[in-house]
Amino acid sequence: MQIRPILAALRRHRLATLLIAMEIALACAVLCNACFLVVQRWKLIQTQSGVDENSLAVLTVNGFEPTQAADVNARMLVGLRAIPGMQAVTLINQVPFGPQAGAAGISRDADSFKNTIGVVDFVLAEPGTFQVLGLKLVEGRMPQADDYRPATNFAPMDAQVLVSRALAEHAWPGESPIGKEFWCDKLHFRVMGVVDHFARAHPREWGAQAAEWTVFTPTLPGGSLAGTYLLRASPADLPRVLRTARDAVAKIAPDVVLDQENSQTITDLRTDYFKSDRIMIDLLIGVIVTMLGVTALGIVGLASFWVQQRRRQIGVRRALGATRGDILRYFQTENFLIVTGGILLGMVLAFALNLALMTHYELPRLPLYYLPIGALVLWGLGQLAVLGPALRAAAVPPVVATRSV
Amino acid sequence: MFAYYLDLALRSLKRNKVLTALMVLAIAVGIGASMTTLTVVHLLSGDPIPGKSGVLFFPQVDPENPARADHTEPYPAMDYRSATDLWNAHRADRQALVTSSPVKVRAPETGRPPLILSMLSTTTDFFPMFEVPFQYGAGWSAQDDANHARVAVISADLNAKLFGGANSVGRSLRVRDTDVRIVGVLKPWRPTPLFYDPWSQNFSKTEDVFVPFTSSMEINEGNFQAYTCWHVPDDTHHLQNSDCVWVWLWAELDSPAKASSYARFVADYAEQQKAMGRFAIGKEHVRVRDVMTMLTARGMVPDDVRLQAWLASAFLAICLFNAVGLLLAKFLRRSGEIGVRRALGASRRAIFSQCLVEAGVIGLLGGFFGWLLTLTGLWLVRQQPVDYAHLAHVDTAMFLTTFVTAVATSLLAGLIPALRASRVVPAWQLKAL
Repeated sequence: MQIRPILAALRRHRLATLLIAMEIALACAVLCNACFLVVQRWKLIQTQSGVDENSLAVLTVNGFEPTQAADVNARMLVGLRAIPGMQAVTLINQVPFGPQAGAAGISRDADSFKNTIGVVDFVLAEPGTFQVLGLKLVEGRMPQADDYRPATNFAPMDAQVLVSRALAEHAWPGESPIGKEFWCDKLHFRVMGVVDHFARAHPREWGAQAAEWTVFTPTLPGGSLAGTYLLRASPADLPRVLRTARDAVAKIAPDVVLDQENSQTITDLRTDYFKSDRIMIDLLIGVIVTMLGVTALGIVGLASFWVQQRRRQIGVRRALGATRGDILRYFQTENFLIVTGGILLGMVLAFALNLALMTHYELPRLPLYYLPIGALVLWGLGQLAVLGPALRAAAVPPVVATRSV
Repeated sequence: MFAYYLDLALRSLKRNKVLTALMVLAIAVGIGASMTTLTVVHLLSGDPIPGKSGVLFFPQVDPENPARADHTEPYPAMDYRSATDLWNAHRADRQALVTSSPVKVRAPETGRPPLILSMLSTTTDFFPMFEVPFQYGAGWSAQDDANHARVAVISADLNAKLFGGANSVGRSLRVRDTDVRIVGVLKPWRPTPLFYDPWSQNFSKTEDVFVPFTSSMEINEGNFQAYTCWHVPDDTHHLQNSDCVWVWLWAELDSPAKASSYARFVADYAEQQKAMGRFAIGKEHVRVRDVMTMLTARGMVPDDVRLQAWLASAFLAICLFNAVGLLLAKFLRRSGEIGVRRALGASRRAIFSQCLVEAGVIGLLGGFFGWLLTLTGLWLVRQQPVDYAHLAHVDTAMFLTTFVTAVATSLLAGLIPALRASRVVPAWQLKAL
């Protein structure tokens, strides 16, 4: 296929060619970045909680005085455990995707203003909660009976704790975290074990790196550990068990108030928590599809015009011996050249757009492999769009040449 | 002449209905998408208290001591001592101490189960300062503040829930374990964004119970929550002497002179506290911002919405290139016709106007459908489970903007093709006929 005659013809349609190339360039830039955003959001939604989400629910009551905490806990635990189908009920202060209870800054020294590690979530949990959550121990040991301490402050004053692997790798890179100490102001902690994954209450607010900076803190009931209960049932029973539990609160403890909004299965809490990301993904995909549609229609429209405009010339070429395939390939090559021009410009634009997004939002750099993928999609789209008009062009009979020259 | 061009335009558009529909659709979709997101951005960045936003100020000092190295801005709240010190100086025309906390509320007479509600603790000036509308009764007096009076103002929502919307002034409400007398009931009031609470979600509802600051400190002691602390308090629930920020202050200053003198007063206070060793950072971390400046610093428009606006603008640009390209091809296909008209004496201007009329018709149609799409888009936004959904309506300003944008966009799109068409050289076209 000769490229030179095509270029010569395009020079006659400089403006139209330029416009369609610009459209492709913009589409390329938006396509790459929008796909990148979709993937980022998708990764967020997939955040691992590290717990048996399908079997777990949480139930929160409030509106009682600290002096009543022991009584409320005792009545709630007995009452909830009596519900048929309930496998376990234990006290916890927060669960992944629920309200955040105890976030605090920690440091490697007793003076909390130097050598800081970061802001972590303290998950307070009574004996048995570790197993109920289904956390996976990867190093160190499980909490024993005498590791559980009363939380006189927002957490116990001095405790042996388990940290998530993400936190261990951040705080003590390349070292074994077992036996390491850290402080939160005057509160002192020592690491006894590491769990595989354990998401904090609000993972997306703290960014991908800190999404699992969680400290599992063995705590005795009472004090800061009251009113929030972790329920476990088989996944099939869970919705019914939770419903029964919610209804039972009024009978078990008539004075407390059930927190309707936050007494949910973990699965529902997760869906709620990532709602905005799901909306954003739908929206981005909608934008991508519509944009590709509009671009394709633009190519179809322009190519159709050109085919009509060149009917006579096509006839002449056919009369001089060009096959249908030659004509078809002419339009396909023409489209390929225009789209290629657009893509080259589009790659530059894609990076410019990514830079702009990076400065305004906490977004990583666009990985390079998005560019060839975007290019392939646009080449494919261009060829698909031009096929109809090109086939019509190929169908022009040679006799057209003899009619009006 | 215009009527004739219009007729010509319609005929030309009818000749290729599919293509005309494509162009109209491209413009409509571009306008629909961009105007939907721009309307949302416009609504979200609105002034919550027009007319007064320039005279209401939000003073900030930085009590964190020692200060973290990465601490570059003061917190959006103060410790109890700084807030009450500044309030006690009475340097503003009006001023209000504010904090909020969850509290258990019952109306013993109604027999309804208790509710956990958000309670706003504040001082008497809060209501006139923020132009809070009353349905029944009024706010409490400065005397009530001083006397730790057991009184409360409730929201229209709560009044409807507990008392069926009747005048409940004089009835009593049990807040935690204390009986308070209702002195005022608000009309529905929802400033958006919720500017007076610096750490609320921007578009959340107002509190349901308003109680004098001094009284609430006693009623709800132990249930106040800190925004943050730089030392772990000995008792996490008793914040008055803690190193935590949890109270904030609003000041109404009626003239720029008063505003600058108040800013100086706050800066002097911070310097004095620094000299005493209580603050680590003095006037460098003093801010006295008015409502809009404070809201901008806090970031009113959610990131996702801004991102959508960016995307939609890029999308509109793509649609525009598309429309221009198609119009150009359409006009130039008629080069022969144009050549004949030019040869018969039509001026360039005449050809130009004729093409522009045709582009304008497409633009108007696109604008109209784009406007319909904008309404649909906003309806979709209202169906979304986001906290600003209730705001998504077209106001007059945005209605006009949408329409003007639509027409301007299409005329702009028609400009280049029309210009190009009017430059067709008649002789070449005649030769080719």
